Amino acid sequence: MIETQSVAADALPDTCAALVQERRARLVVMTGTDERERGRGFGLYYVFALPSGALVSIEAQIDPARPEFPSVTRVVPAAHWYEREVKDLLGIEPRGHPDPRRLVLHDDWPHGLHPLRKDFDGRRTVARDPHPHGPITGVRGDGVIEVPVGPIHAGIIEPGHFRFGGVGELVFQLEARLFYTHRGIEKAAEGASVERVLFLAERICGACSLSNAVAYSQAIEAIADRHPGRRTRLIRSVLLELERLYNHVGDIANLCAGAALQLAVYQGGVLKERLQELNAEVAGHRYLFGVACPGGVRRDLDAAAQECIRRETGAIESEFRSYVDALLQTESFMERLVGTGVLEHDLADELGAVGVAARASGVARDVRASQPYAGLRPGMVTPVLRTEGDVRARMLVRVDEAFASFGLVNDLLRELAEVAPTELVTPIGPLPPDRWALGMVESPRGENVHHVMTGAAGEITRYRVRSASYNWALVPFAVAGNLLPDFPLINKSFELCYACLDR
Amino acid sequence: MFDRTRCDLNGACAQVCPVGAIAVAASFALDRARCISCSRCIEVCPTGALAQGLAFAVPERTRRALVEPPPAPLAAKGQELATRARRVLGRSLHVRHLDAGSCNGCDWEINATTNAVHDIQRFGVDFVASPRHADVLLVTGTVTHNLEIAARRTYDAMSEPRLVVAVGACASSGSPYPSGYASGEGAASILPIDVFVPGCPPRPEAIIEGLLLAVGRIVRVR
Repeated sequence: MIETQSVAADALPDTCAALVQERRARLVVMTGTDERERGRGFGLYYVFALPSGALVSIEAQIDPARPEFPSVTRVVPAAHWYEREVKDLLGIEPRGHPDPRRLVLHDDWPHGLHPLRKDFDGRRTVARDPHPHGPITGVRGDGVIEVPVGPIHAGIIEPGHFRFGGVGELVFQLEARLFYTHRGIEKAAEGASVERVLFLAERICGACSLSNAVAYSQAIEAIADRHPGRRTRLIRSVLLELERLYNHVGDIANLCAGAALQLAVYQGGVLKERLQELNAEVAGHRYLFGVACPGGVRRDLDAAAQECIRRETGAIESEFRSYVDALLQTESFMERLVGTGVLEHDLADELGAVGVAARASGVARDVRASQPYAGLRPGMVTPVLRTEGDVRARMLVRVDEAFASFGLVNDLLRELAEVAPTELVTPIGPLPPDRWALGMVESPRGENVHHVMTGAAGEITRYRVRSASYNWALVPFAVAGNLLPDFPLINKSFELCYACLDR
Repeated sequence: MFDRTRCDLNGACAQVCPVGAIAVAASFALDRARCISCSRCIEVCPTGALAQGLAFAVPERTRRALVEPPPAPLAAKGQELATRARRVLGRSLHVRHLDAGSCNGCDWEINATTNAVHDIQRFGVDFVASPRHADVLLVTGTVTHNLEIAARRTYDAMSEPRLVVAVGACASSGSPYPSGYASGEGAASILPIDVFVPGCPPRPEAIIEGLLLAVGRIVRVR
């Protein structure tokens, strides 16, 4: 059960601050809604997690005649991007927000149009505002140069615009404009069938597809109060660890590309390729699309598939060990990582960092440990922690987590071998009206939160996805004070998805 | 794979398709540009006319040729251009990647073409940092509202002769994202496409095949 407190909008900052200070809660997600059709106003749901893992929701209704509320960001900094999103997508003004610029919508989006309002038809196209205002503030001064990069980049990577301001190679400030790949997935989910939304959830992000599909499925299962069986949950966990493995191994290889260590790029690339071919072999897809569904999974892992996973991960693990040993002994590479791109502990904590980036800065956040899900039992996963917060720490967290995942896959397979084959899907049936639930999964990049709400007829009325790539809000802090040529390293050490963030 | 002789036009596949890729009336037609390979149609087909198979992954020069079974006869569009491209570009091909709003799946598969296993460089293919150096633009994504201008500018920056290859379902048709305020209808809505590579995402081998088809290094007999 989620503890809920309904408060007046004006009481939001104090209530949220008290929760953080007195009960050591942390903000997990904030979701805005348009409930005007239901005789209410706009809704704001600030959902916090207590140290025990239990969730607390602080909810407020906003008068549609006066769509504003006092910003919570000044007392709970982790709220900053959520409140900017609510302003863009729903047109609710966070009064006193320290950075009220646009976030999701770009400068040429017309004023007064808010896509997540129910009276906005998501299927329409929108003409550009011929008089865009630039949101980039930049740095000015004698000798200061600005280096614009993107949105289309030189490599095979996703689009985003970066504006570096500094003197010489020293970066004072990085401004990132993102949301170029915003596809309107949350809007498209409204009123769509549970299955149709699954296909969208799987395609929020290619590299975190299974994490997103499982998080969505868990939210639907919680709303319907219909839960998959043990075997199905174990299969989900095995495959989620395989997703983590191909990402972590590949991310370490790509980090080497940031330092032009070509041999390691190719060696790591081969290991990633083998892990993805293993995905294809046992689950039918290199990115694990089409595996999970609300109520269960669509594919069994039979004895032959289990043996295939055991054999192949065993072989890859020993090669990965030699690979990592060689990397750690390559001083010319490792010395580039030390002290580079430091994310301070307190900043990571207060701004709501999750995943590898949080843990490398000493912030113990791992959904697998705090809210064990699928086939995981409490205590099976211990967060891997480091304190330095630099590129090296983020790499080493991935290394240790990859080894832990190899072990975890084996533990889960042992258990799976003893659970008799059963129906793979528990029928969900129609969803009950007026419910909401969170699905939380630790993706390779960190905590993914899917917030699903049903309306009067049990239809999906709101689907809010906060992926670990919300960590993008932290990257500029880790870049300031570093050299421009170190940006690729810092960027690859966070390894966030634009697609996951942009939706 | 589609087996015409076993299809009784019951239409179960069209009903279950989440992306509207199948039409069943007087005949069966699967639009591979929209297909995301979810295999729901195969699961519900009572006659076994549909089965998994690589035929669905084959790149084509026209959007029409992506309809399975292909409407006969197909015009040999593009062969002439490809032959010319082969003459001009020889075995050296410089490719520029453009993410026009994808889930990043196709982009990772394009990356995988450069790993030591798929090794696209053995075909003389290099990925370049600027569209000014590129012979081919490899486009992924639906062409989102926020990327349309950048996508057009990238194409405009290329010199002739230039080719465009659309990679994946969403670049080929916009599917499965609904077009609207944010998401577009694929690369063909703003750029002339020389080859479509279907799939969600296509495997690295299919992307390599699509590139080689575009520049006349593969002659398709059909």
